[in-house]
Amino acid sequence: MTDKFETHEHDVLVIGAGGAGLRAAIEALAQGVSVGVVCKSLLGKAHTVMAEGGIAAAMANVDPADDWRTHFRDTMRGGKLLNNWRMAQLHAQEAPDRVRELEQWGALFDRTADGQILQRAFGGHTFKRLCHVGDRTGLEMIRTLQDRGVQQGFDVYMECTVVALLKDGARCSGALAYWREQGRFVLFKAKSVVIATGGIGKAWRITSNSWEYTGDGMALAYKAGAELMDMEFVQFHPTGMVWPPGVQGLLVTEAVRGEGGILRNKTGERFMERYDPKRMELSTRDVVARSIYTEVREGRGTEHGGAFLDISHKPAEYVKRKLPSMYHQFKELADVDITKGPMEVGPTCHYMMGGIRVEAETAQTTVPGLFAAGEAAAGLHGSNRLGGNSLSDLLVFGRRAGLAAAKHAKEVSFAAPDPAQVERAEQEALAPFQRQTGESPYAIHRDLQEVMQNLVGIYRNREDVQRALGELEKFKQRLSLASVEGTRMFNPGWHLALEMKAMLTVAEAVAKSALVREESRGAHSRIDFPDLDAAWGTKNNIIWQDGDAMALRQNPTPELPPELKQILAEDK
Amino acid sequence: MAEATMQIFRGGPDGGKPVEYRVPIAPGMVVLDALHYIQGHLAPDLAVRWNCKAGKCGSCSAEVNGRPRLTCKTRIDSLPLDKPIVVNPMKSFPVIKDLVTDVSWNYQVNKKIPPFQPRAGATWKFYQEDVDRPQEFRKCIECFLCQNVCHVLRDHDKKEQFGGPRFFVRIAGLEMHPMDGVSRVKLLRDEMGLGLCNITKCCTEVCPEEIHITDNAIIPLKERVVDQFYDPLVWIARKITGTTGR
Repeated sequence: MTDKFETHEHDVLVIGAGGAGLRAAIEALAQGVSVGVVCKSLLGKAHTVMAEGGIAAAMANVDPADDWRTHFRDTMRGGKLLNNWRMAQLHAQEAPDRVRELEQWGALFDRTADGQILQRAFGGHTFKRLCHVGDRTGLEMIRTLQDRGVQQGFDVYMECTVVALLKDGARCSGALAYWREQGRFVLFKAKSVVIATGGIGKAWRITSNSWEYTGDGMALAYKAGAELMDMEFVQFHPTGMVWPPGVQGLLVTEAVRGEGGILRNKTGERFMERYDPKRMELSTRDVVARSIYTEVREGRGTEHGGAFLDISHKPAEYVKRKLPSMYHQFKELADVDITKGPMEVGPTCHYMMGGIRVEAETAQTTVPGLFAAGEAAAGLHGSNRLGGNSLSDLLVFGRRAGLAAAKHAKEVSFAAPDPAQVERAEQEALAPFQRQTGESPYAIHRDLQEVMQNLVGIYRNREDVQRALGELEKFKQRLSLASVEGTRMFNPGWHLALEMKAMLTVAEAVAKSALVREESRGAHSRIDFPDLDAAWGTKNNIIWQDGDAMALRQNPTPELPPELKQILAEDK
Repeated sequence: MAEATMQIFRGGPDGGKPVEYRVPIAPGMVVLDALHYIQGHLAPDLAVRWNCKAGKCGSCSAEVNGRPRLTCKTRIDSLPLDKPIVVNPMKSFPVIKDLVTDVSWNYQVNKKIPPFQPRAGATWKFYQEDVDRPQEFRKCIECFLCQNVCHVLRDHDKKEQFGGPRFFVRIAGLEMHPMDGVSRVKLLRDEMGLGLCNITKCCTEVCPEEIHITDNAIIPLKERVVDQFYDPLVWIARKITGTTGR
């Protein structure tokens, strides 16, 4: 029966065309295997395009004292030591080569006076470390990778959405997807599959994330038997726009603070002096986000419930050159000239530290043939990610995933898709069309965002999270009755109905993990357990599917080798 | 609460019609917010392309009151509310559904362009003044609004012979890259139809990234074509030596 579908075969199938997916695809191609890239949007529109501040890599172009050891230590400390140490080590060691590679593929970074890649300061980084292009580093990165990949010859399936991973026994053997344009299904046979689908921010109301960030890859992997890890750690970026309402949550790059921006409350006080006098505005994101939130909650917020962020003490020309998109964003959307006065900013849901559990070296999940990299994978960032470490993560582990996926593909053969699995996935995807009178998935989405925002936000407590879990059960019920209007052709309502399933799965994983971690660490802040708990400092929460239920256990964090312990102990 | 009337094209390749929706207005709201309101409350199957809603991805291009715009950067309070706000798909590309058009032609053109290739002996040491110009071109977010307004494509539909402003910008970025070692000048003349551009600057006017497409990309490229193929001294030299000019 599977012959009724359009079918494609690729040694390596990459799901997602952001930085991690494209880097994985390029590396797999370089190993001489055939590669297909499936993406929900047009090529070049993935979330990476929105990344602004830069790529963290210890190149020591500006601060000669920088090295991988310092980057490693900053990353581990930023993540409150919950990071997978091996990932943090590989990341710090390999990031400079990955950046140089981008340059050799045509990327044009801003330059130092002596003709090298310029690096800027960022929160939690000891040295000036972020390689950047003004405040549009992500665009430069994605164009470079996109052009490289297209010329090297991968096949791209644009506006194509994966609805299920297919299994052959224990291993992953392909995927069922549908073309957005026509609503037709398409079958992919693959020897290896790489998930690079990014994060989950669309489950919150105030978010910097695009419509694509619905946790699809994590949910697909979970359903296919892979494990999720550290799902309680959701990063709220300290500075999103707060006014006007239409732009609430839109990112204000950390580069504003990296370039010298100052945070003040409504009384004019530089309040970071009270929260982190040493690092001030360039403290880690978890600390700055909580500080702004606290200022607002205690009545010292701005008119629209934020803090003031001011860069207007710098020369106007400098601001326009180093932060051009921020200048335009505020001028056009908020009628604020940031060269003349302060911005109003507040926390916005931004990044998922948790995700699919993978091996450090190979990015392989617990399912053979299934790999994951980038924001969809967990481990590198521990409980809190440093700014700039995401783009480097995509490059380092995207490459590693592509390498391992190609190697795996050379060792196995294609498996015939199992008709029963395909049919089940097809039926499930079409179910919303069978119902005529249910509510719109948009209504359920709005309610989910409200619940996650209010009950599983920056600050959490047992009662709230338990309530959220109760609400999530109701949403599942409502979704099982929801219906969609119109045909299968380019139908966003239908699309959202499918994405809602993924969002409810990841939201449940977040809430369950947040409930059991009775401490505050990194981005996870419990009002009822405000301190670090050493016992929790050596445990990762693991989520997996046990029958129909979501199961949870703790794994001990891997023991650091003595030479890395030594690096962490050094004080700089 | 104040309301706006949105008149949106609904339909597909075989035609369609404008449909009106009433949408409540909030301060600072943009046209894309209004489209999302319609999807969320009135017409869940309204097809719209968008990603970042921050002017960084170039997905949400459409024609608002006849003007090609990014809907995420078009404020409702910049438009007259005493008549409907008319939103149509980009005219130069075939409609798939509602406001979504088939822009795949652009990806085909892009494939024709030889990629960046470092010149022999590239040292990777170069300066900000070397990259200021190509960095301007690399700001392009591929919204394709310049392609949409270009007469050669919009009125004359010469997609077979013409690359369009987006790809002149891309080629300019490569040609002016300080480390690039490939010439794309012949491609510009023969396959990209650079000569068809008559410098009306429509592309520059609609560019949301404010790239000086005509002045900084197209005109310098035209000069390179002229220098290489029509310079009388080069022409004579070529006649004498028998070289092709590549």
